[in-house]
Amino acid sequence: MFKNWTVLAVPVISVLLGLLAGALIMLVSGNNPTAGYMALWNGAFGDSFYTGETLRQMTPYVFAGLAVAFAFRTGLFNIGVEGQLLVGWLASVWVGLAFELPKIIHLPLAILAGAAAGAAWGFIPGFLKARLRVHEVIVTIMMNYTALHITNHFIRDVISDGADATDPVRETASLQSAFLQSITDFSSLHNGIYLAVIAAIIMWFMLEKTTLGYELRAVGYNQHASEYAGMNVNRNIVLSMVISGAFAGIGGAMQGLGTFGNMFINSGFSGIGFDGIAVALLGGNTAIGVVLAALLFGALKVGSLNMPIESGVPNELVEIVIALIIFFVASSYMITWLLGRLKKKEAK
Amino acid sequence: MDYVIEMLGIRKEFNGFVANDDITLQLAKGEIHALLGENGAGKSTLMNVLFGLYQPEAGRIRVNGQDVQITDPNKANNLGIGMVHQHFMLVDTFTVTENIVLGNEPKKFGTVNMKEAEQKVRELSGQYGLSVDPTAKIADISVGMQQRVEILKTLYRGAEILIFDEPTAVLTPQEIKELIQIMRALIKEGKSIILITHKLKEIMEVCDRVTVIRKGKGIGTVDVSNTNPNHLASLMVGRDVTFTTEKADATPAHNVLEVRDLSVNDSRGVQAVRHLNLDVRAGEIVGICGVDGNGQTELIEAITGLRKTSGGSISLNGKDITGLKPRKVTEAGVAHIPQDRHKHGLVLDYPIGTNIVLQTYYQKPFSKAGIMNYKEVYKKASTLIKEFDVRTPSETTLARALSGGNQQKAIIGREVDRNPDLLIAAQPTRGLDVGAIEFIHRRLIEQRDSGKAVLLLSFELDEIINVSDRIAVIYEGNIVAVVDPKTTTEQELGLLMAGSKKGADEHV
Ligand SMILES: Nc1ncnc2c1ncn2[C@@H]1O[C@H](COP(=O)(O)OP(=O)(O)OP(=O)(O)O)[C@@H](O)[C@H]1O
Ligand SMILES: [Mg+2]
Repeated sequence: MFKNWTVLAVPVISVLLGLLAGALIMLVSGNNPTAGYMALWNGAFGDSFYTGETLRQMTPYVFAGLAVAFAFRTGLFNIGVEGQLLVGWLASVWVGLAFELPKIIHLPLAILAGAAAGAAWGFIPGFLKARLRVHEVIVTIMMNYTALHITNHFIRDVISDGADATDPVRETASLQSAFLQSITDFSSLHNGIYLAVIAAIIMWFMLEKTTLGYELRAVGYNQHASEYAGMNVNRNIVLSMVISGAFAGIGGAMQGLGTFGNMFINSGFSGIGFDGIAVALLGGNTAIGVVLAALLFGALKVGSLNMPIESGVPNELVEIVIALIIFFVASSYMITWLLGRLKKKEAK
Repeated sequence: MDYVIEMLGIRKEFNGFVANDDITLQLAKGEIHALLGENGAGKSTLMNVLFGLYQPEAGRIRVNGQDVQITDPNKANNLGIGMVHQHFMLVDTFTVTENIVLGNEPKKFGTVNMKEAEQKVRELSGQYGLSVDPTAKIADISVGMQQRVEILKTLYRGAEILIFDEPTAVLTPQEIKELIQIMRALIKEGKSIILITHKLKEIMEVCDRVTVIRKGKGIGTVDVSNTNPNHLASLMVGRDVTFTTEKADATPAHNVLEVRDLSVNDSRGVQAVRHLNLDVRAGEIVGICGVDGNGQTELIEAITGLRKTSGGSISLNGKDITGLKPRKVTEAGVAHIPQDRHKHGLVLDYPIGTNIVLQTYYQKPFSKAGIMNYKEVYKKASTLIKEFDVRTPSETTLARALSGGNQQKAIIGREVDRNPDLLIAAQPTRGLDVGAIEFIHRRLIEQRDSGKAVLLLSFELDEIINVSDRIAVIYEGNIVAVVDPKTTTEQELGLLMAGSKKGADEHV
């Protein structure tokens, strides 16, 4: 019981400490923390438009977080979510443009294309690790750059003729939802949010309930024992990178088919893949934790835009708060230690 | 009497499970004090309390007559308490000296002064007869040497009181003799020692007094000079224990395992098993005895499919299984109690319950159409836990939290339960208490009596002689002699293990 409680306590306390530190910084820099945080809250949940934007921002975070968490739970560090997301984005947009099909086929096909591209991008580091013992962190970092430049090349020279962006995907491949827009005062919220929730449930089910999940987690914890038990360790390493990459790839599809409806030249990384690492960390690498952490990140990112307007606090402050939250989670050892101390005092 | 350590009325709970209940232990200056108890009795827990890793819920600790609060291992170090853990805590890629000074580095102008540290390590090593090379890499030295590094680590930090948690479980007989010398040298220099061991012989040989605990409760402290192994065993188990295992003569039938002309390379590519031949028949226990490092590990890994062979063949019930993957070997009817339970035997971060199905998780009823049925898994686990007397708070407790001996019992339960044709048991009783050893030996013999073939690997000559029906002596990757346990002696085995051909011819 106590254990479950600390699992929740660490992220919650980290978030509170992060916000508290943010308030101190506002105070020191001559701003009013109450006004600043009110503006943040209003900018994230103040009315239905902002709530819609927050949920929209949360969607790719969920996928990126799930991708990192899935790999982590099976013993791998997938730093390549950013690249897998980019290729997934491109593949989904390409399928969304190139085919003329009824929506019931076209949309799933475009999403699957995103998943497949992300999976392929995850396969390479998985394969290299399984076969040659090359560390996946190095390969996935390199694959991020490869993805950035390859997708840019495809947009400029293959899909379009030297343009900065692709055409919008066909209506039959779009995730945009008139209904969701109408109830959120025409925010850019799209159907991807449902998919994000479903993906979280799938990841939970896959890890906790399936035979494959039992095997993947076992390999993640102890390769020697897994091999002794007759599991195919190499196959599992590849498989787990492929599944992780597929999550990331669908995250890219959410951007391509939903938020933006196309893809454009990226001069640098979108950052969502890297934020996914933070989301997974804050969410304790569990499905439900990732959803909650993604909601928080979405709210902070969207809400921060309102801070300079309403309270004069620069929105960079939120970046500091996010960094501090991550710092506190990463030093969770300190927090559990503090909790242990408190508990002992109580006992006496 | 002057006590350097007094632990009075210690109580330690884990989530409501009482691991230590009102235990008292008093360590006199200059004595070797044994802590004896069954697997899971709470010995390691009590020592972890003393070393500051756990905080007790009740009780007092006094060091040199002063009440102290030991909040963490650093505090324990400062009070002169050092601990050599059941499982070593060394950095493989560092040298001996680097490991010893870790966290306590001698500084010189802001840089670590390795020369000075090396000198000090060399001095300490000489003083207590440890003969450790301060510049060797941990990965390159034997387990016995690694243990000495752990001892040096405590001495370097100025320990006056040393806690040894089952130090002899991982050592070969020769290394045990040397460790005993080292402990005597430590006492001579005025140190005091708490020794946890399941080997009553060792207690009788080196200890002054014994504190016995049973199921978390203190039973009492006795002088070694007033006791004997039988008395100690009954104190700790709460009933009489027999030391020799009763068994009828074997009635061996057909060959189950046939190893022919087998060659296997070790991890460095050096030939470890050389043209080896071995048969194990249904209804017999064949014991393999030899000095560690003569190819026994590689032989077992080759049979179980964990290691590639470089020549020869292995067959099971007449079917060739050479080069099969571990799963195929398992499905062919081989079970394997691995030598290293933490590395191979268990996924420590899984509940003990799901470890029970580590090889069978994909089969019905545990898995149907790719979905796990954890209810069935835990049902199976709780049956085995009862049958094999695994002491654990519940089947959902992480394997990591079980005491070493209980982890072993769970593995044995899992392997025997699969009803294999061939059971390979590599050091099955390492770290087990006398009661559990008796239990395991009976289980092995039961397997034999029900017509299974059993291959036993052990470094304990007592065990080999007691349990086996035939003893195969392995030397430099070859079976150099097969002897009858009823007529052989430890001396003869010792000679054969050392490579002497004499005496072998009469038996082969
Ligand atoms: N961290 C923990 N959480 C929960 N239970 C624990 C934990 N550590 C130990 N236990 C339980 O406390 C009991 C005592 O364990 P301990 O390791 O002290 O036994 P031991 O006497 O050292 O046994 P062994 O001889 O097998 O090493 C066991 O039943 C074990 O399952
Ligand atoms: Mg122990």
